[in-house]
Amino acid sequence: MDTLTNYLFVSVVLFSLGLFGVITRRNGVAVLMGIELILNAANLNFLAFARFGGMNMAGHVYALFVIVLAAAEAAVALAIIINIFNNYKTINVDEVSELKQ
Amino acid sequence: MIAGNTISFFCLLILFLPLGAFVVNIFFGKRLPRQGDWVSVGAILITLLLSLLLLVSMLLNGDPNFSYEAVLPWIDLGAFKIDLGFWVDNITIVMLVVVALISSMTHLFSIEYMKGDIRYNRYFAYLGLFTFSMNGIVLANNLISLYIFWELVGVSSYLLIGHWFEKHSAADASKKAFLTNRVGDIGFFIGIMLMFTAINSFNFQELFDGVNQGLMTGNLLTLAGIGLFMGAVGKSSQFPLHIWLPDAMEGPTPVSALMHAATMVAAGVYLTVRLFPLFSPEALTIIAYVGGFTALFAATIAITQNDIKKVLAYSTVSQLGYMILAVGVGNYVAAFFHLLTHAMFKACLFYGSGSVIHAMHHSLHELDDHETDPQDMRNMGGFSTKMPITSWTMTIATLAISGVPLFSGFLSKDAILAGTLSFVEHHPEHLLLAIFGFGAAAITAFYMFRLIFMTFHGKPQMPKVFQGIHESPKLMTYPLILLAGLSFFLFYTLPYINPFSDHGWFTELIKAKDSVAPGSPTAAEIYEGVHHAHYPAMILSLIVAGLGIGLSYLFYFKKNLSAKDWSKRMGFLYNLSLNKYFFDENYNRLLYQPFLKLSRAVAYLDWDLYDKYFINGFGRVTRFFSKLTGHMDYEGLDQSLVDGVGRSFQRFGEQLKHVQTGRLQNYMLFALIGVIVILVFQTI
Repeated sequence: MDTLTNYLFVSVVLFSLGLFGVITRRNGVAVLMGIELILNAANLNFLAFARFGGMNMAGHVYALFVIVLAAAEAAVALAIIINIFNNYKTINVDEVSELKQ
Repeated sequence: MIAGNTISFFCLLILFLPLGAFVVNIFFGKRLPRQGDWVSVGAILITLLLSLLLLVSMLLNGDPNFSYEAVLPWIDLGAFKIDLGFWVDNITIVMLVVVALISSMTHLFSIEYMKGDIRYNRYFAYLGLFTFSMNGIVLANNLISLYIFWELVGVSSYLLIGHWFEKHSAADASKKAFLTNRVGDIGFFIGIMLMFTAINSFNFQELFDGVNQGLMTGNLLTLAGIGLFMGAVGKSSQFPLHIWLPDAMEGPTPVSALMHAATMVAAGVYLTVRLFPLFSPEALTIIAYVGGFTALFAATIAITQNDIKKVLAYSTVSQLGYMILAVGVGNYVAAFFHLLTHAMFKACLFYGSGSVIHAMHHSLHELDDHETDPQDMRNMGGFSTKMPITSWTMTIATLAISGVPLFSGFLSKDAILAGTLSFVEHHPEHLLLAIFGFGAAAITAFYMFRLIFMTFHGKPQMPKVFQGIHESPKLMTYPLILLAGLSFFLFYTLPYINPFSDHGWFTELIKAKDSVAPGSPTAAEIYEGVHHAHYPAMILSLIVAGLGIGLSYLFYFKKNLSAKDWSKRMGFLYNLSLNKYFFDENYNRLLYQPFLKLSRAVAYLDWDLYDKYFINGFGRVTRFFSKLTGHMDYEGLDQSLVDGVGRSFQRFGEQLKHVQTGRLQNYMLFALIGVIVILVFQTI
């Protein structure tokens, strides 16, 4: 059970779900949640390769960096979403398309 | 003799000074003081001086075989070469003096005669051009440059005859002169080209050498000779191209004098004299007949003319016929001698008539009479008391032209008649030539005295006009006196003084050349014959001249015989003569009208048929094709292919732009698809 393939499999499922969320969701917050899922899939990959692939402590350290970065990114992204809401009264990303003309 | 370089220099000056005067006067004449006549007069007087210097050096040198040739290469195309150049011998020098002298007299005379003319400067310019072209002919050493100057003479005569082109008759006369000359020039050009194809040269000396070596013989040589002679027929107004000369009297009288004495008509005779060695005996026979016939024929017309200038014009035609006759019988030195003496007394006669017409004009002008013809001798009479100088000088010239002893014409005419007589002795079948010669001599004496008696003697026909007649101013009478002086025999026989013999500087210095054409008698043989015939010819010519003068005296001075009765009695002949044998009418009916008809028919063919149907049809077909190809190009190529490519790109772009949705998620999807595709391709 305790094999690299199983970890990677979980990671692929997480990544795919995250990507699906990013692409299909209209709600900005849901898109953000998809991104979190993708990041966590990547974290899982780091840790799995740290355990089985010989990356040793480097994988752990990268995972920690990614978590920190994700927190910061979430804070900034949520701030952006709040601002979008303040300006457009919606957080539906399809309706916020000023650049498309 | 002076050195060759000096001769070349003199000749260049003689040739180009009148041209310079022409250029100056034609461009700036109007703005110069006195309208620039002094430029022309000065140039021509220098020319005269230089010519006289050449003459003096020739006389001092006394070499009859003097010959100098200067050559300047002009066109050099390997095998084909044309050189320009001078050929100066004694004939050239004498001719240069004649041209310069008569031309100077004309210039001086014209200052007074043309005073107040609206195109005064242009007139003097054209005189310069005329002199330039004639000097060119005189100096030429080859047929091409001679032909160029030949045509220039034609042009300048055209300009001068048509000087008063407002007058319809003057404009017509200038055209007639030009076109009639053109007929002769065609033959001239054919002659030149025949010579060139056979001998491959235009140079006179080379032509003589070529014929001498037998490069050209028989009928071809005769034909070429007749071709060259045709040029002379046109220029020297021989039968049947004599029609232009009497009409050319429409020009100003000094121009007539210049043309009749020294330039235009002398050119033809000068040509035959220059090229004499080339003419074959057959060609010379034709030349003799043309000349002899012209001499008699023109004289018979002159009898009945009433216009003073017309009488002189026909007398010129007749005298030129004499010269041509002399060339034809081989005595070409006599022809040149007569050309020289004739130039002096004919110019004198023309200036005299100019002086009379000038006086008539003024008198009629004062009477405010614009109906009376100032040139009609029937309106004159008795002028000798009013214009003594004109009267005397004209009488002297008339004595000269009639062939009275002591005068120059006697010597030259006698030489011609002696030549003719000797020719007839050798060839009795050509008796007609002698009859032509002596007949013309009698008639010449008759009509010239008729002119003198009608103009200067008898009762004034119009007393009112007679009152206003005055002698002309000095600038007009001085040339008259000078030329009348030159009509005395003395100037041609010095240093010998014998009025019955032409022995003198002229015969010493100008010797006949042997003809190079096969079958011709040598110059010595001809000279021998002439010498033998000298006295019989002199006696005969004295008799016929006396007869002519006597008859004229009876008819027009004493009036014992009535001219009116006789003209009625000889009604048919009188009418023929008065109407110039209906030459103009017949030419008009038989040549011009059919030619016009032909031209019209050709014009019809050309314009109405060829142009309208063929050319225009061709145009229409072309237009149709152009339209078709234009359509194909625009509709087919431009619209569908060229624009089609553009349109298809536009359409494609339109379609493609929908990819840009503006939704991030779509882009992301595309990116995903792209990654998947790359991965798939990598694994494959």
